Amino acid sequence: MTNASQVLEQFLATGNQTCFHDRHIEPQIYAGLNGSNWGLKDYEARGGYAALRKILGQDGGEGLTQDQVIATVKESALRGRGGAGFPTGLKWSFMPRQFPGQKYLVCNSDEGEPGTCKDRDILMYNPHIVIEGMAIAAYAMGISVGYNYIHGEIFQVYERFEAALEEARAAGYLGDGILGSGFSFQLHAHHGFGAYICGEETALLESLEGKKGQPRFKPPFPASFGLYGKPTTINNTETFAAVPWIIRNGGQAYLECGKPNNGGTKIYSVSGDVERPGNYEVPMGTPFPKLLELAGGVRKGRQLKAVIPGGSSSPVLPAHIMMECTMDYDSIAKAGSMLGSGAVIVMDDSRDMVESLLRLSYFYMHESCGQCTPCREGTGWMWRVIDRILHESGRDGDLDLLNSLADNIQGRTICALGDAAAMPVRAMIKHFRPEFETLIRQASREGSPSAGA
Amino acid sequence: MITQATQERFAREVAKYPPEQKQSAVMACLAIVQQEQGYITQAAEAEIAEYLDMPEIAVREVTTFYNMYNQQPVGKYKLAVCTNLPCQLRRGQEALHHLEAKLGIKMGETTPDGMFTLQQCECLGACADAPVMLVNDRNMCSFMEDDKLDQLVDGLRAAEGRA
Ligand SMILES: NC(=O)C1=CN([C@@H]2O[C@H](COP(=O)(O)OP(=O)(O)OC[C@H]3O[C@@H](n4cnc5c(N)ncnc54)[C@H](O)[C@@H]3O)[C@@H](O)[C@H]2O)C=CC1
Ligand SMILES: Cc1cc2nc3c(=O)[nH]c(=O)nc-3n(C[C@H](O)[C@H](O)[C@H](O)COP(=O)(O)O)c2cc1C
Ligand code: SF4
Ligand code: FES
Repeated sequence: MTNASQVLEQFLATGNQTCFHDRHIEPQIYAGLNGSNWGLKDYEARGGYAALRKILGQDGGEGLTQDQVIATVKESALRGRGGAGFPTGLKWSFMPRQFPGQKYLVCNSDEGEPGTCKDRDILMYNPHIVIEGMAIAAYAMGISVGYNYIHGEIFQVYERFEAALEEARAAGYLGDGILGSGFSFQLHAHHGFGAYICGEETALLESLEGKKGQPRFKPPFPASFGLYGKPTTINNTETFAAVPWIIRNGGQAYLECGKPNNGGTKIYSVSGDVERPGNYEVPMGTPFPKLLELAGGVRKGRQLKAVIPGGSSSPVLPAHIMMECTMDYDSIAKAGSMLGSGAVIVMDDSRDMVESLLRLSYFYMHESCGQCTPCREGTGWMWRVIDRILHESGRDGDLDLLNSLADNIQGRTICALGDAAAMPVRAMIKHFRPEFETLIRQASREGSPSAGA
Repeated sequence: MITQATQERFAREVAKYPPEQKQSAVMACLAIVQQEQGYITQAAEAEIAEYLDMPEIAVREVTTFYNMYNQQPVGKYKLAVCTNLPCQLRRGQEALHHLEAKLGIKMGETTPDGMFTLQQCECLGACADAPVMLVNDRNMCSFMEDDKLDQLVDGLRAAEGRA
């Protein structure tokens, strides 16, 4: 008889659909993966840990100084893959290298932005690339302790990462005197347990300290006041995963495979109305139509209506604008949205925008940590107004009300969740106003009873 | 009661943090207790507080802040179906409704035999696999079309001798 865990195992993702397909373009992070080659020996066979050996001078060469590592990362134009696109080399250079006390390195694997599932596949199928990237970062900034904070919902990924840590320790890539050098780095895994807000870096630090995950005011940035009040550098999983390639091949080579100011490859999680949802690693600057084609195109028989290009927090763009974009920070920003976490949510012409927005506004209301009044009250208020519009009891001034609610949240909160809740509302109304107006007109025609706002 | 074996699991977590920062292990300890006992009792919170040398109220704040800690007993299998937008576009809501019909309960409820609790949840970070569902906090189930949902429920019932 099959027991319960055997029953559940049948439904575990294999990675075949999302990661091990031949529709990446010049992949660096996902290259050569098949699901069974996540372990240390296979990683080494793919050239893994060569970058760490190189900087430590363990491959017969001279080794790299801390400044040289940071300069290489700066030259690569690698930008933070967690959403804000902050230049990684610059962030690393903020770390006070001569600071006398403990400093920390933290990896943000709390991937919870609706639409995003790229870090999961990195950690599950290529965990050592993140360990190596973190070890290199730790070396460059003179840090001896690090944590990887992993989204609590992907517990199997957390267990996989812990297994990889054991392997790396046993092989001397982590721990005291790494590969016989004077450099020591201890790395541990920490898991969340269901709170989107903990992806925000300062909420993450609070959570890592064993508290509720409520964001702190910035500044001070974690670089000066981070984990346990100590200088801390935080980067996204994919950011660290990009580092070994950069060290092996040089900053210039990385920059060249993307476009100016937007170096390297980027992993896009494509979800929604496409034939083949999944993760696609392609060079920065790849035209959106190409990415859409890799994902099998829009669902059969349907036309593209709209795309949310960078996770649920980024403003929606209508099809005709999106089809002109290339997938990089600058192009998407110019079009009026953000590349964000690289989660591309595709919507076809059967989709009701009011209904879609309603689900997103519920999410932000649910996940607001409650610290700031505009966010705590405003997200719930927006949800109630959108709910009544969808259910045909909207009122004449409701769209103005939504815009003014968005105005009153944006820029007035401790963290960017407030902005993330406000921006999609504004963009949906801007680009798809008639859909909202039709529902409101129907409501006034029927003389619906008014709901309390 | 927290047994010796559980304390050993706790110790492994505590060892990850600086000695004066034991509190950092609170999330892991609560998750361990939930795995072993099904939900978080006040007694367990008190024991964890003592073990980690932190105020009981600080443990409570953690239990109540994070969505996945069960503050009440749940069914033997907690099924959490993602209905956030990317999943909604790929039959996430339908998956939830299918389970409601199949189990004869509404979301948020537990079946009378105590086998299943059904919940709606936010993004699980597996959007390209939609519909997706998390079973007992630790098992992600991907591509859960209706026939697979049936297989899962029937399979778990059979495994428990309740087919
Ligand atoms: N990956 C995901 O699941 C999600 C990603 N996001 C993204 O997160 C973004 C917002 O993130 P934030 O951390 O609030 O952005 P931010 O702009 O405040 O910071 C970006 C990074 O640069 C650092 N930084 C910025 N200025 C600095 C300075 N002067 N000195 C030292 N360090 C500095 C910050 O510490 C942080 O690590 C949004 O753009 C959104 O796309 C939002 C939700 C989920
Ligand atoms: C509400 C909110 C949620 C976030 N969630 C994540 C996340 O899940 N993963 C992530 O890497 N960054 C997330 N961020 C961004 C982080 O605050 C931070 O900018 C990032 O981890 C820095 O790493 P990077 O420079 O490598 O991108 C979030 C930000 C906000 C405001
Ligand atoms: S903006 Fe919202 S989520 Fe962010 S700190 Fe304020 S209340 Fe919390
Ligand atoms: S939206 Fe359902 S897993 Fe992300």
